Amino acid sequence: MQVKINGKPEEIQSGTVLDLLNAKKIEPQMVAVEVNDKVLERDDLATTHLHEGDQVEFLFYMGGGR
Amino acid sequence: MELLIKMEFTEEQINRYSRHILLPEVGGKGQKKIAKSRILLVGAGGLGSPAALYLAAAGVGTIGLIDSDVVDLTNLQRQILHHTPDVGRPKVQSGKEKIQALNPDVSVSMYEERLTAGNALKIFGDYDVVIDGVDNFPAKFLINDACFFAEKPLIHGGILRFDGRVTTIIPKKSACYRCVFKAPPPPGLVASCQEAGVIGVLAGIIGTIQATEALKLILGVGRPLTDRLLDFDARKTQFREIKVRRNPNCALCGEHPTITELFDDGDPYAGCAVRP
Ligand SMILES: [Zn+2]
Repeated sequence: MQVKINGKPEEIQSGTVLDLLNAKKIEPQMVAVEVNDKVLERDDLATTHLHEGDQVEFLFYMGGGR
Repeated sequence: MELLIKMEFTEEQINRYSRHILLPEVGGKGQKKIAKSRILLVGAGGLGSPAALYLAAAGVGTIGLIDSDVVDLTNLQRQILHHTPDVGRPKVQSGKEKIQALNPDVSVSMYEERLTAGNALKIFGDYDVVIDGVDNFPAKFLINDACFFAEKPLIHGGILRFDGRVTTIIPKKSACYRCVFKAPPPPGLVASCQEAGVIGVLAGIIGTIQATEALKLILGVGRPLTDRLLDFDARKTQFREIKVRRNPNCALCGEHPTITELFDDGDPYAGCAVRP
């Protein structure tokens, strides 16, 4: 199925947000995940199923400033 | 109107700020607001430098600078508030001189100290807007929390490698930093700023947007960058806007907050940023 990840359309296996993080080798603690403009609680990553057309944002921490 | 301007500004000031005063959105009234405003820069480094210079040029009444560091040679690649002869000098001192050389109308308050849960609220209380120009997550969370408790608008910024991010937070009205990022990342997972690197001009791009946001808030002009993260990718020269919302589960500004007072959320030396 197709979803948008950080604005880009991508073909992914159906599954949960955690499955997608694992497939992309992203450590869940390193990212805030938004699905359709709503930030997910970390505990909900494994139970939130993705659907066709969902907009997923992986928001990485961005420090720096000096 | 013209008479009013002449009563409140000197001839020289009317000339200095003429390109502002000409703008219908600013005018003499708006310039007066800028002249009365007090803006706090937490960090007189990469983001703080361009913000300080443009805010000084704009005629902001008081600029506060918090920084406990001295200027290091490695800073000069991006921290344009500091010049080569300043290496080894306190950043607040060096910053104050540049600001006042650019515009003697501006008064500068120096805080040569580290921001902590102990001093943040007292300092923030004296300002209208706070600009985040710090380089570590514990400090970014502390600034977010302190702005919430002091009810001060915050212009958040971050830069790393070729990426930058900026957003405006109006406490209790728009999404806060903790609404999206609950807590600092675990220290083991983050690279330190020294090892990460950043393209120097990025500080200018993001810091200047922060200054723009601060001036807009002071003037009450336009639409603030609230409930939106503006991410910039210098490799592609591309901006992307990510919508965010207030999170009812936010530990700070949510419906059942668990953070009820200011605290230092981790070791400020722990880390800089993460990106896979
Ligand atoms: Zn919040």
